[in-house]
Amino acid sequence: MNSITNAIKTLTLWELLKGLQLTLKNLFVRKVTIQYPEEKTPQSPRFRGLHALRRYPNGEERCIACKLCQAVCPAAAITIESDVGADGTRRTTRYDIDLFKCIYCGFCEEACPVDAIVETRIFEYHMENRGENIMTKDKLMAVGEKYEAVIAADRATDAPYR
Amino acid sequence: MWPVASLSFLQTPWLALPELVRYLLVLVGQILALTIVVVLCVAFLTYLERKVIGYMQNRIGPNRVGPRGWFQPFADVIKLLVKEVVIPSSANRFLFVIAPLLSIVPALATWAVIPLFPGFAIADIDAGLLYVLALTSLGVYGVILAGWASNSKYALLGAMRSAAQIVAYEIAMGFALVGVLMAGGSLNLGKLVEAQSGGLFSWFWLPLFPLFIVYFVSGVAETNRAPFDVAEGESEIVAGFHVEYSGVAFAIFFLAEYANMILIAALTAVMFWGGWDSPFAGPLLGFLDGTILEVLRLPGIHWLALKIAIFLFCFLWFRATFPRYRYDQIMRLGWKVFIPVTIVWIVIEGAMAALRVGPWNT
Amino acid sequence: MFTTFLFYALSTVLLAAAIGVITARNPVYAALFLILAFVASAVLWLLLEAEFLAIVLVLVYVGAVMVLFLFVVMMLDINVTTMREGFLRYAPVGAIVAGIIVLELAYVIWFRSDGLPVGAQLVPRDGAYSSTEELGKVLYTQYLYPFELAGMLLLLAIVAAILLTMRHRPGLKVQDVAEQVKVQRGDRVRMVQMKSESE
Repeated sequence: MNSITNAIKTLTLWELLKGLQLTLKNLFVRKVTIQYPEEKTPQSPRFRGLHALRRYPNGEERCIACKLCQAVCPAAAITIESDVGADGTRRTTRYDIDLFKCIYCGFCEEACPVDAIVETRIFEYHMENRGENIMTKDKLMAVGEKYEAVIAADRATDAPYR
Repeated sequence: MWPVASLSFLQTPWLALPELVRYLLVLVGQILALTIVVVLCVAFLTYLERKVIGYMQNRIGPNRVGPRGWFQPFADVIKLLVKEVVIPSSANRFLFVIAPLLSIVPALATWAVIPLFPGFAIADIDAGLLYVLALTSLGVYGVILAGWASNSKYALLGAMRSAAQIVAYEIAMGFALVGVLMAGGSLNLGKLVEAQSGGLFSWFWLPLFPLFIVYFVSGVAETNRAPFDVAEGESEIVAGFHVEYSGVAFAIFFLAEYANMILIAALTAVMFWGGWDSPFAGPLLGFLDGTILEVLRLPGIHWLALKIAIFLFCFLWFRATFPRYRYDQIMRLGWKVFIPVTIVWIVIEGAMAALRVGPWNT
Repeated sequence: MFTTFLFYALSTVLLAAAIGVITARNPVYAALFLILAFVASAVLWLLLEAEFLAIVLVLVYVGAVMVLFLFVVMMLDINVTTMREGFLRYAPVGAIVAGIIVLELAYVIWFRSDGLPVGAQLVPRDGAYSSTEELGKVLYTQYLYPFELAGMLLLLAIVAAILLTMRHRPGLKVQDVAEQVKVQRGDRVRMVQMKSESE
């Protein structure tokens, strides 16, 4: 009996018709594509995009050059050099993140005791020249200053879960 | 008909031309018009393909160039035209350049015998069906020579696969057409369409259903379309015979492939689905005569176009649905399934014709 | 007038292509020259209004036979110099074969031409005349037995060729595509319903 139904199925190309029916059905299904530049998918406050270095509200650099981020970075993307600053505190003289090496895991952010290095929601960025893939301290600071409001709000939303 | 009337001032100089010149001008005009239409169809077929397959995969497909992406094909064409044609240094230059032409010429030349509307084909020749078979079998040379002249192992492998596949499926195709000409009693495609006149159920697809299936599937295989696209099999041999082609040369291969698709769809429509005949032409719907719906019963090129469009949709539908066949299974399907099926059906058809049963009266 | 010009032009192409077949160093070029020769002779037949023969020549020889030829030629790595080595040794044999063919042709054209209308003025037929139909009628009535015999001979050749390549070695593992196709999901996969467990 089973072999007879199988033979009939083979002869009538039943399985192929079933496949065709499936694709035909999907032809009329409502499409869920996001029209990217105009529409965007919602982002989590924990989104891990481009990095930034933050300052305290009084303008003081948060980073204390403890190099925990450098140590934890699985891609070895962070390079830090430090020195004693003018006010006698330890400060970074160099804080480079190689964006080509970075895997955006967020470990640096987790490791940072003072919430200095963070990953922002920015994911649309590009480089046009060699060397631009290195995010220097100045660039990181600039990003941090520009987006401080968003960054601070995101940290505040996430704070209860930390 | 004001456009014709406004052109009437041309009538005198036109009639002043020698008859041969007029004949040639009309012929060249017809050929040019048909070629341009086919090429435009190809352009929009590529757009339609991306759209249909996109929709079937729950995507939207191209929608950026022009309204709803309608100008996408033109963007693609311009991109291909301005790209550089790279000829590999160790390739055979002459054959490398000539191969795309060898594949486009048969694809376009076959259109000459397709009956477009009642009583008209550019070349209304007696052996039209044979002409079609001969020319479609020539298309394989473009593929083989492209593969060989590229001097690349992937291209050669693709060419070999394609050649074996086309030879195998051509036999099944030929046999299916033998069934058609037995039923229609003529090799002239226009006469074949006339033999099917009388609405949906007097077309040959019904009595020749297995041959129709075999012909259409062989057509898909012959044009190297999915699920029979092992000749280009992206995941196995990069792009098959046209790996080394770029720019315009690649565009011509592309054009040939899609022109062949439209051609197979047109041939299927002509030989199994009544060509320019209306599906409502049968005596069953005779009561419509005299009403406004009578226009539906009139034959015309729009019916042919509609049928071609339906079969083209099937091409795209197959591509969106089926995974690629394994190569040995393709060969098995061609030699061990299709050819026996066609032979058996031809024998049955011959018996039916000899016993005078069936719709054909030869 | 125009036809005469076409005839000579095509004949020139045909002869040049035929010479090309035997002089081309590259076997692929030789095969392509042969295709050109076939096409040129097909067009010559078209000039004689023998469209069936012309199209069948293209269909069978160019469309199928030469594809397989090219197929084989491209796969082989033919060394031309070793092929040329025996040229002088085989030249006499070749000359004898060529001589016999020439004699046969001459015999047919000059001595046995009484029954055949060689050199007769060709009469153009009107549009209703179909050479395909006429050829079919002759083939299936007058020459039915020779035709069937030729068909049997070809069938025999096919069967023989298949037989020659069918070698069954014991212990050989072969894929049976029919078996593979026949497999259903139920033959390989068993769906099991069970409760979720914790460790």
